[in-house]
Amino acid sequence: MLSLNKKDFGLLLVVAILTLAAPIILNPFPANSGMAQFNAGYPDLMQRFVIFGIFAIGFNILFGLTGYLSFGHAAFLGVGSYSAVWMMKLLSMNVIPAILLSVIVAGLFSVVIGYISLRRSGIYFSILTLAFAQMSFNLAYSVLTPITNGETGLQISLNDPRILDGANAPSYPNLFGAQMNSAATVEFGSWIFTFSVGYYLCAVIMLAAFYISIRVFRSPFGMMLRAVKSNQQRMNYTGLNTKPYTLAAFVISGMYAGLAGGLLASMDPLAGAERMQWTASGEVVLMTILGGAGTLLGPVLGAGFIKYFENIFSKINDNVLHGWFSFMPDGFENFLVTVIHPFVGKGWNLTLGLLFMLVVIFLPGGLVEGGQRFGRVFRRKDRNAGSVEADAAKQRNQTAAE
Amino acid sequence: MDAILLQLLNGLDKGSAYALIALGLTLIFGTLGVVNFAHGALFMIGAFCAVTLSKIFTLSHKAAEPSGTDFLGNPKFEDVLYIKEWFGDAAGAWLLDWSVPLSILFAIPIMLAIGFIMERGLIKHFYKRPHADQILVTFGLAIVLQEVIKYFYGANPIPTAAPEAFRGSFDFGVLLGFDPNAIIYPYWRLIYFAFSALIIGGVFAFLQFTTFGMVVRAGMADRETVGLLGINIDKRFTIMFGIAAAVAGLAGVMYAPINSPNYHMGMDFLVLSFVVVVVGGMGSLPGAVLAGFLLGILESFASMNEVKDILPGIDQIIIYVVAIIILLTRPRGLMGRKGVMEE
Repeated sequence: MLSLNKKDFGLLLVVAILTLAAPIILNPFPANSGMAQFNAGYPDLMQRFVIFGIFAIGFNILFGLTGYLSFGHAAFLGVGSYSAVWMMKLLSMNVIPAILLSVIVAGLFSVVIGYISLRRSGIYFSILTLAFAQMSFNLAYSVLTPITNGETGLQISLNDPRILDGANAPSYPNLFGAQMNSAATVEFGSWIFTFSVGYYLCAVIMLAAFYISIRVFRSPFGMMLRAVKSNQQRMNYTGLNTKPYTLAAFVISGMYAGLAGGLLASMDPLAGAERMQWTASGEVVLMTILGGAGTLLGPVLGAGFIKYFENIFSKINDNVLHGWFSFMPDGFENFLVTVIHPFVGKGWNLTLGLLFMLVVIFLPGGLVEGGQRFGRVFRRKDRNAGSVEADAAKQRNQTAAE
Repeated sequence: MDAILLQLLNGLDKGSAYALIALGLTLIFGTLGVVNFAHGALFMIGAFCAVTLSKIFTLSHKAAEPSGTDFLGNPKFEDVLYIKEWFGDAAGAWLLDWSVPLSILFAIPIMLAIGFIMERGLIKHFYKRPHADQILVTFGLAIVLQEVIKYFYGANPIPTAAPEAFRGSFDFGVLLGFDPNAIIYPYWRLIYFAFSALIIGGVFAFLQFTTFGMVVRAGMADRETVGLLGINIDKRFTIMFGIAAAVAGLAGVMYAPINSPNYHMGMDFLVLSFVVVVVGGMGSLPGAVLAGFLLGILESFASMNEVKDILPGIDQIIIYVVAIIILLTRPRGLMGRKGVMEE
């Protein structure tokens, strides 16, 4: 169905169900219980899940398939945000033109940067993209202030022209009148579920993006990109010019980043230069690697994982910790709180760094590989029949990973 | 003319920092073939060595003041520094004043130890992995190191003063026959430049004139053959990693009075020093030094008002523009060796 084979369609279906039911799934704890802080089912956070999911899916098309490690993708996200906000200032608060323009501008921008950066590969490519991103960041902060509004960030205001909007058009980003921040709340016993317009718009776009990425992975084009990753020199020797393929992958992933930036600005209409800083580019690298580069599901998992734990870990403070361990003897409780304290709250980045190092060292395939290894442990029990069969199962798993 | 001279001088201190960090990066890359994204963090740790020593020197305890009581009749207390108690007032004050230069002695063993631990504990396992993995794991390490520093020292910059004697400015203009105050330049930056020249000279002399250095250079050229000759080249390369870490650390120690150390100063310098390494040519030590000073000076020239009037914003991007041009026109960088990191 949808020109996908059975397994891919199943994967898409599972992701679709999980995303569409996320407001319910992510709110497993009653609103007034002590565990409610682990709930992630509120619109703001869910939007970030799917938006950064889109960003990471796009990054994975470049890094996962071709192996080109870009350290400057946040520039495209930032450009997307700026163009979306400008569209909302000039044209209409409707998000459609904003998102379209952000994708187009980021695409054009990535054609230019990609064309130049892809002349080199390996570490030089990383440095070139990093240099371009830092250039954009520095310019956005200084000379381009008329366009980017410098440190304050670009915002919408009431007296913007908005030539397409009528007199009584909504003053918040909307989709044909449905405002992005409006939400329906359903109470079910002591559970509260919020279904927001903004989240569902992002979710539908994310599913489309995911579908496109499956198609790219399965296409001859995707095969070509993988060939570039495994041995570019050999590709060149066979007389094939790989540049158009890598450039296309770069532009596609730049457009994904622009789309993510446009959506970020549509959910919350402001754009700042800090979105373009190289640490922001580093974040998407972390997401993709943590989830599993080169796999379909990995980037989405990684983005969700990082954004979820970022949110939860930063909320945990000493009082919460004392609450958890209050059943223990006092000395032990204090000891545990002291040990855990550096890793939670403001120390979330420390945990993230450690986690990331552990993943790179021990689990280069990311969470997806971890899941597969875990699954294999259980499968091996009834597969002790012969090593040949076990090898075949291993191979099957590896193809499944792609 | 005087403006040009002034910018030249201004470029020197930034260029010195770039050159020192890039030198360490290149040493690591040239010997071990590892791309170390945690090198900026080593620079930052060096700066915090200076902070730590001055904190240790300012440890104090409360003691009753001999003059008696405050206006409510309570006994008055004053802070007494331990070092003043132990070494006497004059020596204690001198130690406190000279804490930054003294931290050099304090930083060298620490940085060497950190370098050894890093290489033996982590980087060793990444020789056979692709460069992308090396970048990623050292990037993770850089995040961890900077967060650890942030946890212990807080997120705000910590001002660290240079010794009293070097706090003023030197009037270069008079020396060269210009009007007084035309070219004034802080003493400490002069010291920094001299210091970095000394370190760079030291590293080069070490590699050029000692047997150890000769073996290391041979190993850089052809690791396998040196290994076949029965020389334990890995051990020497580990020592070189420690030395590279110490160079970055010393650059950080001396930079503390110029720019108050904060936990993300490493990341700020890292991007630029990578650009410097690439411009100089991967694996070329003289290239790294040359490119460091060149880019530092270019940056300060670009921030002259006359230049900014013609090309607004050029001071923000000049280094990157130069890097892009060099990378595209001279694939090996300014002085890169043939066969090192070519695609």
